[in-house]
Formats: sequence, C-alpha cells, structure tokens
Amino acid sequence: MIGLRVYKRREPLRWGSFLVFLAAVAFSMGVCSLLLVVQGRPAVNAMILLIKSAFFSAWAIEDCLIKSVPIFLCSLGVAIAFRLQVWNIGAEGQFALGAVGATWVALRFPDLPGYVLLPAMLIGASLAGGVWGLVPALLKVRLRANEIIVSLMLNYIAILYLDYLVYGPWKDPDSFGFPMTREFTTGAVVGMIGSTRLSWGTLVCVVAGLGVWVFFRFTRLGFELKASGENPRAARYARLSYQRLVILVMVLSGMLAGWAGFLEASANVNRLQPSIMVGYGYTAIVVAWLARLNPLAIGLASFLLAGLRVGLESLQLDLQVPAAFGEIMEGLILMTVLASGFIIRYRIQLRRGR
Amino acid sequence: MSTDFLVPLLAAAIQSGTPILFATLGEILTERSGILNLGVEGIMLVGALAAFLTAKFTGNPVYGFLAGGLFGAFLASIHGLVCLGFQGNQVVSGLALTILGTGLANYLGTPYVGQTAPGFKAVALPFLSGIPLLGPIFFNHDPLVYTSYLVPPILWVYLRYTRWGLGLRSVGEHPEAAQAAGLPVRGYRWIGVLAGGWLMGFGGAYLSLAYTHLWTNGLTSGRGWIAVALVIFSFWQPWRAMLGAYLFGGVMAFQFRLQASGTHLPSSLLLMLPYALTIAVLVFSSWKGRGDEAPAALGINIEPAD
Repeated sequence: MIGLRVYKRREPLRWGSFLVFLAAVAFSMGVCSLLLVVQGRPAVNAMILLIKSAFFSAWAIEDCLIKSVPIFLCSLGVAIAFRLQVWNIGAEGQFALGAVGATWVALRFPDLPGYVLLPAMLIGASLAGGVWGLVPALLKVRLRANEIIVSLMLNYIAILYLDYLVYGPWKDPDSFGFPMTREFTTGAVVGMIGSTRLSWGTLVCVVAGLGVWVFFRFTRLGFELKASGENPRAARYARLSYQRLVILVMVLSGMLAGWAGFLEASANVNRLQPSIMVGYGYTAIVVAWLARLNPLAIGLASFLLAGLRVGLESLQLDLQVPAAFGEIMEGLILMTVLASGFIIRYRIQLRRGR
Repeated sequence: MSTDFLVPLLAAAIQSGTPILFATLGEILTERSGILNLGVEGIMLVGALAAFLTAKFTGNPVYGFLAGGLFGAFLASIHGLVCLGFQGNQVVSGLALTILGTGLANYLGTPYVGQTAPGFKAVALPFLSGIPLLGPIFFNHDPLVYTSYLVPPILWVYLRYTRWGLGLRSVGEHPEAAQAAGLPVRGYRWIGVLAGGWLMGFGGAYLSLAYTHLWTNGLTSGRGWIAVALVIFSFWQPWRAMLGAYLFGGVMAFQFRLQASGTHLPSSLLLMLPYALTIAVLVFSSWKGRGDEAPAALGINIEPAD
C-alpha cells in the first residue's frame, strides 16, 4: 500500500508563492486554450497573441500602465479591508460613486481653475466613495449585517445610480442620445505626464501605495490593524476597538476605490459615462489575493492583470474571442492559487507501508 | 386592490421566486454542512446555460433541467476541491467561482444570445387549480414550480428527522466532535457541496427554461447573491426560505409590471428595488436574529490530521 501523509510545514515554503503564481497562470492558460479549441479557434496562436500584444511594445506597456491605475487603487483599498478580515466586495460600487462624486464637483463648478477644481473633485470622490464604504461597515458593526452581501448589493445600486444620472439629469443635451455627461472643462481634467499617455494619476498610485506600506509597517494603528486581522481575540484582549477599526478600513477602502473612479472619469474619458464600469473592482479582489495583500506585490499583480485585459482586446479584434474570456482566466488563476496555497503550508509525503 | 390585479401578481411572484428558492435551498444545504459557497451566482449562470443548450440540442427540456443540476454540481465540485481538498479560503474561493462561472457562461453562451430553446409551459393541476384564490396562485404553473414545492419538505425532513441529516448538521456545527464520533466529516461536506450545487443549478435552469425561454448574457442578474442573503433571512430553515424567495419574487414581478405600465419613474431607479430590499431584509434578520443561528463551523476548514 502506498499512502499519502500530510505534514504542516514549520515555515511556509520559500519562494513558494511566486512559483505557485507562475504555475497558476500556466495552468489557467492551459485550460483556456482548451476552451478556445472547443470553439474551433487556434489556441496556441491566441495565447502567443495575448502575451505579445500585452507586453511586447511600448504602446502596449503604456496601455497596461493606464489600466493598472484603477485596478491598483481599488486593490490597495480592498487589501486594507482584507487585512482585518473584513470582506469588502464593494470596490466596484465605490469606484462608481467616486466617479459620480468627482463629476458632481466638475459639473457644478466648471469655471474654477485646475489647481482648485482637481483637489475639490478628489475630495468629492473621497466623500462619495468613503460613504459607500461606510454603509456596510456601519451595518456590520451596529446590526451585524454581513458586509459581503451588503457591499455587493451596493455595487448594483451604485451602477444603476450612475446609469440613472447619465441617462437622466446629467445627460449632455448635445450627445445625440448617448448616455454621457458634458465633457469636463479643462480645469477638471487630470493632465498627462509629458508626452506620454499616462496621467498624473499614475503618480497618485505611487503615493497611495507608499502611504499604505508605511502605514502598515511604521505606524501604531497599522500594526494594531494587522494584529487584529490575524487574531481578533488577541486584539480584543489588547482592548483595541474592533468596531472602530472596521469603520476605518472600510472608509479608507472606499476612498481609494473612489479615487480610481475619479481618475478614470477625469483622465481617461473626460466625462462620466457607463463605459467606465468594466469590472475593475472585481479584478481588484483577485489582484489583492494574488499579491497576498502586500502593496508592492499588488502593483506587480495589477500590471499583469491589466496586461491580460490589454492582450484580450487584441484577441477580441483579431479572433472574435468574447470579452468574458478574461473573467474565466481571472477566476481560474485565483482558484489555482488558492488551492496551491496548500503546498506552501503543508508537506505531502508518499509513504509505503502496510 | 382588486383580486383581478392581485391574483396574477401573486402567481407571478411564485414564478419569479422559484429560481431564487432552488438556489436558497441549495445554499442552505451547503452551509448546513459547514461550507460557505459564495459561488451561487456563477453556478446558477452555468446551470442556466447548460440547461438551455441541452434543451436546445436534445429538444427535451427535462434533459435540460437535469443538465442544469449536473453542471451546477460540477461547478460546485471545484469549490469543494479547493476548500475540502486544498484548505483554500472559502470566501475567496466562492468569489473566484462566481467570477469563473460568470465568465464561462458568457463565453460559451455568446454565440447563442437571443436564441430560444424548448421550455416548460404552465400545466393547471386538476382539482387543486380549481380552488378559489389559492388555485390560480399556486397550482397553475409549469412542472418545475411544482417540483420546487417538494424540495423544502424533503430537505426539512432530511435535516430534522434522518440520521444522515443529523450527521450533516453535526459536521457543520462541530466537525471535531463529529469526527470523534466516527462520522465521515469530509464525506458529509462533499454531499453538502454537491447536492447544494445541484439545487443551485436547478435554479439557473429554471431561469432559462421556464422564465425567459431564451438566452441572454448575465441572465441571473444578482439572484445568486439574493439567495445567499435569503439563507440568513431564513435562519437556515427550508420553510422560511420559501417565504423569502416568494417575497423577492413578488417585488420583482411588481417592478416588472410597474415598468410595463409606462410609469414615469426611471427604470434604473426601479431596478434598484430588489437589491435595496436585499439589504433591508438582511439588516432586519441580522437585527431580529440572536446571531447564533448560523452553523457554528460555517466557513472554517477542517485541518488535515497529522
């Protein structure tokens, strides 16, 4: 008889998470190739095209960076909440509300100069996104309502609210019926860095990422947060107010996602329109978990999953692969990484014997 | 309000509540075994597509319905593999399953958007449909609705009065004790995951075979998440799930009618109704409940024994 025995490792496998990530990507690409074959498409060519058009030209890299910005900010936000084991699934809605908040400021005060208007829009986005994070937090700590479901339902509501605004009261009268607001005035548009297509929002990401890193590494509050997330009971003995921490992380989380919405509306499309809602908030959850909630790794993972979206655009154009292909890939990668966490934490040994 | 308005509305409430009912019952079964499955939305979508395609290519909606359940269980088995086989985080695995399932259904379903498949039609039950008021509300539906009436009592008897039901519940409440008593803990959890996934798949199948008869992407539009909330509302009891599902069915039917009647309310605001109600129902039941109705070991993996 040959049996399997499972031991818990004393130390998690070194370099394990990175290897696991590569293996997960390879496995998901394998499964996705099968799906392409099922629909009679050239699988190998498609995969080469996917990688090539995502990473192998300056233009593509720029595209990846542009798409990384919202993913990174949303993911940073949900990672803060996940640290405390608070499951904020609402980045998508907080992103939408952030865009709405910023747009309200932009449409209300169109004539202000940029150095006043942009900070005001940022505040508007922070408030709106923050409130959308605060609601599930309050319902959780006051009434014990499950934050996963509340934040998810708020996503649907936020997106429908955005729709309502751009189809109704905020609709541009000269848009020939398209659901969009008027174009922002120059003061409300986040400019580009030099001659690149990257907006100054990229810099916001760097600052936010560093801020979160410093917060967890060097501040007392950040340390308390980490400790409470890893062991809620110990935190209670240390008399940390769990409730206050929940509210804090959810508001921060919502604000960061709100910033992403603001940047997307202002820098990328220069107005509010439904097409900004492409599921960055859900990708952000995948990214946060792949990066094991580490800010630097979140940067890297955001870039890679942004690359998946960029490469997918070529697949859609050249091979008519439906956009949902990307979701399959994201879901598979996350599932595989979750499953292979087992190998990092446990040792499996073959055992011969009776 | 007159009965002319109310009776068709309540009948429609039963119909739109049925997919949610199947899914809620599935999630109850899974959670009672201690596994939290947040992949309901994805499972329902895959079930809906599998049912649609099978009915379309075999011409028989009964096969479609069964295929919906089968593929629901198949998708749930991925969750089972990650959580029971590999100790993956149940919350994240469920979310990943929703992303994966949504992607799969949209990817494979895109070529069939707008196409129709043979589905189920209403069959009035003899005698029962003749009862005034109750007859037209409850007994003038398609066969799948009648099937869904049978599930809550079966589940109730199973959980409450059978040895296997007791085993499943004890695995969800206290797996260590169950293991010490010699129960196959993992086996019970697998049953919870697979049978639950099967029911969720039925819920999806109902949508494509009896509710719309045609395929569109994103057919479930959040019903899977409503089901997850309704499990809490129903305090993990099958009978209360019926109440919750028909309440939501009623709101959806009402909203649909209001829209069709050409009201001045913008449709996007009307569409918020079920989602806002979900939050309200959740807050109500969390406030009303004692907080200990959930299976004690829900969401906690079983560590492999050394």
